[in-house]
Amino acid sequence: MGRKLTLDIFRYNPSAGWTKPGMQTFELEETPGMNVFIALTRIREEHDPSLLFDFVCRTALCGSCGMLINGKPRLGCKTFTRDLPARTTLFPLPLFKLIGDLSVDTGTWFRLLALRTGAWLHTSRAFAHSILEERMDNETALKIFEADRCIECGCCIAACAKVHVQDEFIGAAGINRLARFLLDPRDERSEAQHYEVLGSEDGIFGCMGLMGCMDNCPKDLPLRDQLAYVRRRMTAAGLAWGGKEDGSRNRKTK
Amino acid sequence: MHSVTKADIHLTDVLIIGSGLAGERTAIEVSSRGLKTTVLSLVPPRRSHSTVARGGLQAALGNGTMGLGDSPDIHFKDTVKSADWGCDQNVVRLFANTVPAAVRQTEQWGVPWTRITAGRRETPDASIVVEPEAGAGLIASKKAKGATKWRTCYVFEGTGHSLLYALDAMTLSLGVTVHDRTEAVSLIHNGQKCLGAVARCLRSGDLRAYLAKATVIATGGCGRLYGVSTNSVINEGTGLSLALDTGLACLGNMEAVQFHPKTMPPTWIPVSEGGGGYLLDRNRVRFVPEYEPENKKLPYRDETARYMQERIRAGLGVDGPHGPHLWLDIRHLGPGHIDRHLKGVDTVCRVFGGIDPARELIPVCPSQHYIMGGVRTNIDGAAYGIRGLFAVGEAACWDLHGFNRLAGNSLAETIVAGMVVGKRVAEYALGHTLEWSSRIVEECLAAQEHRIKSIVSGENGRENVYELKRRMEGILMEHVGIFRKGGGLNNAVAQLQELHQRAERVELISTGRGANPELGSALRLPGMVRLALCIACGALARTESRGTHFREDYPNRDDVNWLKRTLAYWPPGAEQPVLKYEPVVITELPPGNRASTPSLGSG
Repeated sequence: MGRKLTLDIFRYNPSAGWTKPGMQTFELEETPGMNVFIALTRIREEHDPSLLFDFVCRTALCGSCGMLINGKPRLGCKTFTRDLPARTTLFPLPLFKLIGDLSVDTGTWFRLLALRTGAWLHTSRAFAHSILEERMDNETALKIFEADRCIECGCCIAACAKVHVQDEFIGAAGINRLARFLLDPRDERSEAQHYEVLGSEDGIFGCMGLMGCMDNCPKDLPLRDQLAYVRRRMTAAGLAWGGKEDGSRNRKTK
Repeated sequence: MHSVTKADIHLTDVLIIGSGLAGERTAIEVSSRGLKTTVLSLVPPRRSHSTVARGGLQAALGNGTMGLGDSPDIHFKDTVKSADWGCDQNVVRLFANTVPAAVRQTEQWGVPWTRITAGRRETPDASIVVEPEAGAGLIASKKAKGATKWRTCYVFEGTGHSLLYALDAMTLSLGVTVHDRTEAVSLIHNGQKCLGAVARCLRSGDLRAYLAKATVIATGGCGRLYGVSTNSVINEGTGLSLALDTGLACLGNMEAVQFHPKTMPPTWIPVSEGGGGYLLDRNRVRFVPEYEPENKKLPYRDETARYMQERIRAGLGVDGPHGPHLWLDIRHLGPGHIDRHLKGVDTVCRVFGGIDPARELIPVCPSQHYIMGGVRTNIDGAAYGIRGLFAVGEAACWDLHGFNRLAGNSLAETIVAGMVVGKRVAEYALGHTLEWSSRIVEECLAAQEHRIKSIVSGENGRENVYELKRRMEGILMEHVGIFRKGGGLNNAVAQLQELHQRAERVELISTGRGANPELGSALRLPGMVRLALCIACGALARTESRGTHFREDYPNRDDVNWLKRTLAYWPPGAEQPVLKYEPVVITELPPGNRASTPSLGSG
């Protein structure tokens, strides 16, 4: 006989005609190895099949299941009930557009962010079947991957006080994603071009160093180091450029 | 005069259903040829199941000491042998020749492939490799089951993730339209030609129609038909059902289902330790022969899975809260080695199992992993039986994998098929105009609206969708899993037929209004049971054992009668699939001895 768990869950589903938000309480018996994914699936299948939430991979790789678990942004799949008290509250991640109940639209937020910041490799290399890969030092590849491996779950955005008061700020996930291109020698953007995206208060200079991002990243990304790296590089770029519209703007500095 | 629908209608040149690697790579190819491309996805593209593939991708680049002398010819042979000769050798040849370029292209798009470092290094299985200076900086590779050379290219521990992010970034730069949280519920066709799809918006619950010159199915696999699977919860085979339900297209080799040997309960995450671990039974006895004596290859996945299941059936499994399992032991590799080379395994064990793999044994047992079968296409990716419909990736039976996919060939297939088939899709779309009749579109929309109404009102019956789904999962696990037998398969077919009728009599518990998940499951369930029946009927009819399809009553491969591919059709209103067969194309490598593992049961 497992422990009795009580889950207080935020409910509001505008697409189903709900007019006002509220909390709903569910009770279930804890089973061995139970995580929030298993608990919510059981609630949907055994108690209320209208409950909205998002899970895809169940293994902390896809970034779908960010939610507030007892007030903290966490992934539901890697939060185990054995680490929770008998009574737990679940809220959707704040800031993102609510779809319903625990489901929020992180996908659109991150897609618009990527479009707005040009978050793809800018290269003029033409493809041919016969050419070999460009050589790269493995340390460099690892550095790129270390930034690239962010799963865009939105926990750092939900945990960032600055995004809550300045909704154009791209947050740690946005800066970390762009750091990935700053670190990539294959990206042909000049330092000045990077500066245009990152060198403002919506970019790296909007960060106040509160570090809610790093404290709540479920992938343990080295966000403090990435933010410091980008700040340093963009500061240098801004000083070198000095606001002058000269040739140096289009020169790539290493 | 009649306007029966208020649904939005979207026009596009090419409609791609699914935004995993295969769908996105196809979108890049099509879009870069100037065609308007629209991608539908159940989830935001970067959350697709492709991102879960940590392992790697096989490409005969010939880089590095252990890949020296590798070539598409050797990759071709490894793939055909692994497939147990059930694959299409023209497709395998095209694939093996194209992979190296396809991988190098993704390098140009920014994928941070792990690179070769010169000098002496230790590998995950604790062997020592020395890399000369000449190879430094080229794409590195590691070994994989069934591969003669080390040709599995990888991005540290996130190959699928980094590939998907790079490809999705390319689709952004090309201006591909993506409608996420959108589920295709039926194809629109005129009896000869596919005209697009009807889809349900998963934000609002509204129906929409998409009309396209060409439609591509890239929805991945259907692992969630089984109760225990490594697949994401969205992998319910929707694309396969869409094609099958036209009554025109067919599914190839649905009985060819792969089980991953080493997955950890209760999340069933693969624990791939690189071949350095030992499998132990309850008495701590090692029971899998480590290497094939002849060529020092690791046993194929299907062989390892059978060794394990055999052990469990003999009562030598370990009792656990989620059923019997076996042990994987990597303690002898040591904490330093695990920290350096098996960080992913370490994290999975700690986070999802509460285990320290350097000091404790890891519970593992086989679970459903991949389906080699899918929408049967020709070498151009065009579906049989219906024009304007294509399929790529796991959703397709192109037929690269035959009866057992080689590890590392699924990611490789996605980028090659996207490249090759994407070109054919573009050619087709460029040669056709968008033609459609409002009558057909309205009929298709009305049919789906009617289905939704009858499910919500419960006018057909009182069945519970989750109860029926669990039953289907149980039937497949019990009778259509790793070991199969005539009696059990007959039983499964009978039970699934009954379930198929009951699946049409679902009544919702909730209101079904808006983005209701119960309605989504109820709409999918009958199609899922039809897929389950295609698997069970195909397995019952195939009286031989080939690759992952193992019949205890017919334990040998039978090339005289069964060197052929199963084609499952579902005529409208039928109670079970109609099975037809076509010969398997053998061009270069005639059927021979697949491997030299000791026979089953002797270990």
